[in-house]
Amino acid sequence: MATKTISLHVNGQVRRITVDDADMPLLYALRDNLGLQGPRFGCGLGQCGACTVHLDGNAVRSCITPLSAVGKKKIVTLEGLGSPAKPAPIQQAFITEQAAQCGFCINGMIMEAAAFLARTKNPSEAQIREALANNLCRCGTHLRILRAVKRAATRA
Amino acid sequence: MRKPMTPTGKPTRREFLQGTGLLVVSFSIPGLLRRADAQSATTGKTVALDEVDAYLAIDARGGVTLYSGKVELGTGVSTALRQIVAEELDVALAGVALVEGDTALTPAQGRTWGSLSIQVGGVQIRQAAATARQALLREAAKRLGVPADDLIVEQGTVRPRSGGKQVTYAELIGGKNFSLKVDKQAPLKDPAKYSIVGKPVPRSDIPPKVTGQFTYVQDFRVPGMLHGRVVRPPAIGAILESVDESSVGDIPGVVRVVRRNNFLAVVAGSEWAAIRAAQKLKASWSAWNGLPEQSRLWEYVRATKVNKDDVTSNTGEAEKALQQAARRISASYDFAIHSHASMGPSCAVADFKDGKLTCWSASQGPHELRTQLANMLSMKDSDVHVIYVEGSGCYGRNAHEDATADAALLARELGRPVRVQWMREEENGWDPKGPPTLMDLEAGLDASGQVVAWHSQLYVPEGVGSNVKLLAAEAAGLPFDKGMLPGNIINNSAIPYSFPNVRTVAHRLAETPFRPSWIRAPGRMQNTFCNEAFLDEVAVAAGADPFEFRLRYLSNDPRGTELLKRLMSFARWQGRTSTRAVSGDIASGRGVTYVKYELARTYVGAVADVEVNRRSGDIRVKHVAVVQDCGQIVNPDGVRNQIEGNVVQTVSRTLKEEVTFDRSRVTSLDWASYPILTFPEVPDIDIDLIDRPAEKPWGVGEPAASVVPSAIANAVFDATGARLRSVPFTPAKLRAALQNA
Repeated sequence: MATKTISLHVNGQVRRITVDDADMPLLYALRDNLGLQGPRFGCGLGQCGACTVHLDGNAVRSCITPLSAVGKKKIVTLEGLGSPAKPAPIQQAFITEQAAQCGFCINGMIMEAAAFLARTKNPSEAQIREALANNLCRCGTHLRILRAVKRAATRA
Repeated sequence: MRKPMTPTGKPTRREFLQGTGLLVVSFSIPGLLRRADAQSATTGKTVALDEVDAYLAIDARGGVTLYSGKVELGTGVSTALRQIVAEELDVALAGVALVEGDTALTPAQGRTWGSLSIQVGGVQIRQAAATARQALLREAAKRLGVPADDLIVEQGTVRPRSGGKQVTYAELIGGKNFSLKVDKQAPLKDPAKYSIVGKPVPRSDIPPKVTGQFTYVQDFRVPGMLHGRVVRPPAIGAILESVDESSVGDIPGVVRVVRRNNFLAVVAGSEWAAIRAAQKLKASWSAWNGLPEQSRLWEYVRATKVNKDDVTSNTGEAEKALQQAARRISASYDFAIHSHASMGPSCAVADFKDGKLTCWSASQGPHELRTQLANMLSMKDSDVHVIYVEGSGCYGRNAHEDATADAALLARELGRPVRVQWMREEENGWDPKGPPTLMDLEAGLDASGQVVAWHSQLYVPEGVGSNVKLLAAEAAGLPFDKGMLPGNIINNSAIPYSFPNVRTVAHRLAETPFRPSWIRAPGRMQNTFCNEAFLDEVAVAAGADPFEFRLRYLSNDPRGTELLKRLMSFARWQGRTSTRAVSGDIASGRGVTYVKYELARTYVGAVADVEVNRRSGDIRVKHVAVVQDCGQIVNPDGVRNQIEGNVVQTVSRTLKEEVTFDRSRVTSLDWASYPILTFPEVPDIDIDLIDRPAEKPWGVGEPAASVVPSAIANAVFDATGARLRSVPFTPAKLRAALQNA
């Protein structure tokens, strides 16, 4: 099997990677080829949301998205939103609400919530809960996450 | 003090700190640096539990480094422990860096378990800091020619109270050792003067965690590293008969198939190649079906050989008093097998070079793991170096240790660093499990409704040895821990109530279906569920309000009494709902519960409000009110975060979670078959903390979890008249209970 060079548009830059399987999930390209640490491996089954990234603004599960399906779509990861020195409003809301315990799920929470808030103005709490229904958290940080998303919604 | 530069030119911890006033506790520094860092610092660094230098160092610029054997599992202790040091030394919090869980650098303060990081670890660290402060003041007194009693410290600078010449910690000790034993008598700062402890200081790990800058063990890399995946057998006790290595010959990047007895793994240059190879590798295994039938689990537990009885309390003559009681009530309770079900499957990196092993692991017990790995590989402890790198939350002994053993074995086989990342089905299928728990209870009332006797019999596996066995060691035919260690699961089988005749016995079983280990509030949760739900049955039999009933038998415990009274008011308790609110199929109710953790420390009371669908059997926990007294509170927001997590996680365990299995293996291998609570189902929570700054700090990581199942069970009874005595409270169980109610 021959290796292939693929161009990915990630966080505003074009990045070229070499892979030997074009059907490798996007998650491994981001983590292993590009060294990004925002998207996380949680299940590899699209069930938990820890791997969530934005593809053209939509929240998708990178663990079940083959590279071959990405094409020229613009990828944004947690790193692409902001940094500790300059966090995005949604990231700042999570900091303000201290909305993490182990934090392993938080990438998915922020990426899912950011995509949701971009299309939903002034969401109700019930709407936020539904929007995050397929993002799992094991530490039980849900109420803080809800407060953070509400805070970000009112600042948006 | 080391002054590292990073290969990428990123700021070091200290520079980052100085630049922003923030501190990245868990390193944003690339792994290679930390490794060199740890090795260079190894020389001469004491880790003895009674030495100040084991815990603390002050560098030439006055920066303080705390070396903690207790590690950050996501609970916030990395911030709280630094608060303790900053407070006791009178330095800025941002000036305290943390090195955690490194067998070459940190004292062996015991596993990060049992809600003891602050209560034990923090108190040890506080005493070391108090000793250091005394020594610094003595030295300053000499240099300044002023009595130590006349000196004050602000931000690491010592000066006479009346003003005048001053001297900094950096000038006094910078870069040198204290060479002092920890003085158990060294005076502690008066809590009335605290300005850092007791404050809701923001956690230093959250900014990097919400921006993708945090390095979890799952992100940890070293140069030249290979990726390993273990191929698990299709049945727990299966024997590996043959392997067809050619079956993965067409996958580019596969470096080696490793087989050692029943340990089978693939190692590849890329992670994806390792995953594909592990899926594709053809191997044949023997059949094995040694598990009990799940549908007859409790019969199996009752039939299991009892190795010994632990009598956990014995007052008066319970059996005789039961025989003479005017009224007797009995019930059996059970609690399902649970998985830790961490969000991120376990992961570790190992490197074996020149006869020495280095492992980067998220184990909650790096020191204990070092001994286990040395035993497995027949090495000296001193040739094994385990370095903690935070992982996904573990909530006990999950599989981080097993992933580390996998990586260690592969690194030795390959002679190159190997990273092993477990897959979801491995994590759910092979993490050690919270064992099945069964309790029979009986109580006796006299004619006036007073409790005269309480007798309980608990059926749980025995605890033997000091470690949970490592899967790789056993599979590979290497030395492994033969015992089984479920944690101290007989705790809280005895009760806090002063009945005249009480006997509580734990029958310790010779075996249990799965490798057992501790999961958050091990035993305390199960036993508190049984005791507090049964107590609710007894209170109903006695015609008493559940608050009043508990208070009646807690008269010798003023803190417990205060807590329950405060909860009664906080939850606006108005007595048991005499007419249950029913609208259509929906019934609502409230339940109260209480624990004194291990009968020795943190007090928690809770009131749960539930809505029950009588037709479907669905239970919705709407709200939980919690009052907690954990003595001195180091970080109130950290405590609240833990209570919220305890409640939500345990609502999940109570309503949904149950490991399923056939005769060969676990079958609940993903989030569809092992569902946990989701956002729409999460209850609202209100918390009232009783702060006692002058008291000892007690643990908070588990106690609030232990009260949740009984609070829900009691609320469901209040709503429907049906008793739920079997966790999880599935709709089918509730429908069955409603038919019997």
